[in-house]
Amino acid sequence: MTDIDRDEPEIHAGLEPAADRVVVGGQPTLEQATISAEIAERHRAVREDASAAGRAVPVHPPRDFAPYRSTTLRHPTHELVRAHPEEIELVSPAFGHTDVAAEEGDLTIQHTGEPLGERIIVTGRILDGDGRPVRNQLVEIWQANAAGRYVHKRDQHPAPLDPNFTGVGRVITGDDGGYRLTTIKPGAYPWKNHRNAWRPAHIHFSFFGSAFTQRLITQMYFPGDPLFALDPIYQSIVDPAARERLVARYDHDVSEPEWALGYRWDVVLTGSRATWMEPEDADHA
Amino acid sequence: MPDTPSPQGPFLQTPSQTVGPFFGYALPYPGGPDVAPPWHPDAVRFHGTVYDGAGDPVPDAVVEIWHADAAGRPIAVRGSLERDGHGVTGFGRTAVDRDGHYAFTTIKPGAARPDAAPHVLVTVFARGLTHHLFTRAYFADEDERNARDPFLASVDASRRGTLIAEADASGGYRFDIRLQGDGETVFLQFEGVAR
Ligand SMILES: [Fe+2]
Repeated sequence: MTDIDRDEPEIHAGLEPAADRVVVGGQPTLEQATISAEIAERHRAVREDASAAGRAVPVHPPRDFAPYRSTTLRHPTHELVRAHPEEIELVSPAFGHTDVAAEEGDLTIQHTGEPLGERIIVTGRILDGDGRPVRNQLVEIWQANAAGRYVHKRDQHPAPLDPNFTGVGRVITGDDGGYRLTTIKPGAYPWKNHRNAWRPAHIHFSFFGSAFTQRLITQMYFPGDPLFALDPIYQSIVDPAARERLVARYDHDVSEPEWALGYRWDVVLTGSRATWMEPEDADHA
Repeated sequence: MPDTPSPQGPFLQTPSQTVGPFFGYALPYPGGPDVAPPWHPDAVRFHGTVYDGAGDPVPDAVVEIWHADAAGRPIAVRGSLERDGHGVTGFGRTAVDRDGHYAFTTIKPGAARPDAAPHVLVTVFARGLTHHLFTRAYFADEDERNARDPFLASVDASRRGTLIAEADASGGYRFDIRLQGDGETVFLQFEGVAR
C-alpha cells in the first residue's frame, strides 16, 4: 500500500501555507473570542434569512462563512443557477471490487507493524433521502494519526508521524448500503485560522451516491468533543441538529472484546422530497 | 434487501464539510486524470485553472469530471480507480498543481438528446469551500447545439460564457473556473437536491 516516505511530486494540495496551519512571519493574533462571536452572529443572520423566507435553516453550511477565514475568497457571490439533472447526472461511476481490495478497509494493516493509538471500528449505512441503501458505491476516508498528524507533506504540526499508519482507506458499500472500517482514533490538531485554533478529532469521508448529484465530502466526529463549540469548520453548519448528524455514536455492540471500540455512523446523501426546499432567489433568468 | 423505501424515515441529510487542505495523499490516485487512455484516437485534453476571488490560482483544489460516452449515453463500466488501459469510464479526478491548473485526458461526450448540447459535469472541492460546487463545461465548437440547449438558454447571457470550454491550439479544451468575482463561473443547483 501507500508508503509513508513516498514522494508526491504531482500532488501539491494544501500548498497555500499562509491561510491554514502555517503563518509566514508569526502566529495569528486573532482570538478565539472574536471567532466565537463571529460564529454566533453568522448563525443568527442565516437563521433570520431562513425564517424571513419561510424556509428551514439549510442542512449544508453556507459557503460564505467568514469565521472560517479560507472561505473569504472562495465562495461564489452569485446565487447558484437551477438545473434539471441530465441522465448522466442521475447516475454515478460504477465502482466495484475490481477497484478496491477488501483489505483497504482496514487502516491498521497497511504496514509491517501495528499503528499506535486507540483501535476503532467505524460502521454504518449509506442511504439516499428516501431511505434506500446506496449499494456498491465507493467510500473513501483519510485522517490524521493518533497524535493529530497527517502524512501529508505540508502538515507542519510538530507531532510524530507513525511509520505504521498512513491514514487512507477505501471500501465499497454492500447490498444494504453498509460499510465497515477499522482504523485508529485520530488526534485533534492545531491550525492557523486564529490563535490557539484546534480541530476536533475527525475522519474525512468521501461518498458517491447512486446519482452524481448526491456526491458528498464531509467529516465524521466523535461524541463529546470539547472543541465542537469552538471550531469554525464544524460550526459552519448552522442547524445544530444537522451538525450533530456528523457525530458518530459509540455502539457497544460494534465494539469487539479485547480488540477495538465501535462507532456507528449512518449517512443520508440527499434530501427526500419532504426536506427539499426551494432555493432562495434561484437565478432563473 | 428490497429496493423500497424503509419505513423508519424521515431520512435527514448529512451535511457537507470542507475537503480541507490535507487530501493530497488520499484523494488523487494514479490514473485519476486519464479518463481515456492517451493513445485513444479521440483522446483530447480537458484542462483549466481554478481561480479565487482575488484572481489568484487556487493551489489546493481537487477537480472531478463525469460525462457520457461519445453517443451521449452514461457509461456503466467499472475501472475508474484501477484503469485497465483501454476503457473509457467517464469519471476522472485530479488535484490542481501549485499554479491551480488541472488537466484530464478524455474523449468529448456526445449529446444526450437532440435538443441538448454535450457537456462535462465538473465538481470542485477545495480548502475554504464548505460545500463542493457543480458546474458544466459545454464546448465552444458546438454553437448550434449550444443555442438549442434549454439549460444554457436559461442562464443570463452575460454569464453564459463561463460555461463554455474554449478549443485550444492542441485540439483540446480549456475550461477555467472562477470561484468568485469577475467572470465568476456559473455554479449549479440541481433540482431535487438540497443546497
Ligand atoms: Fe482534517
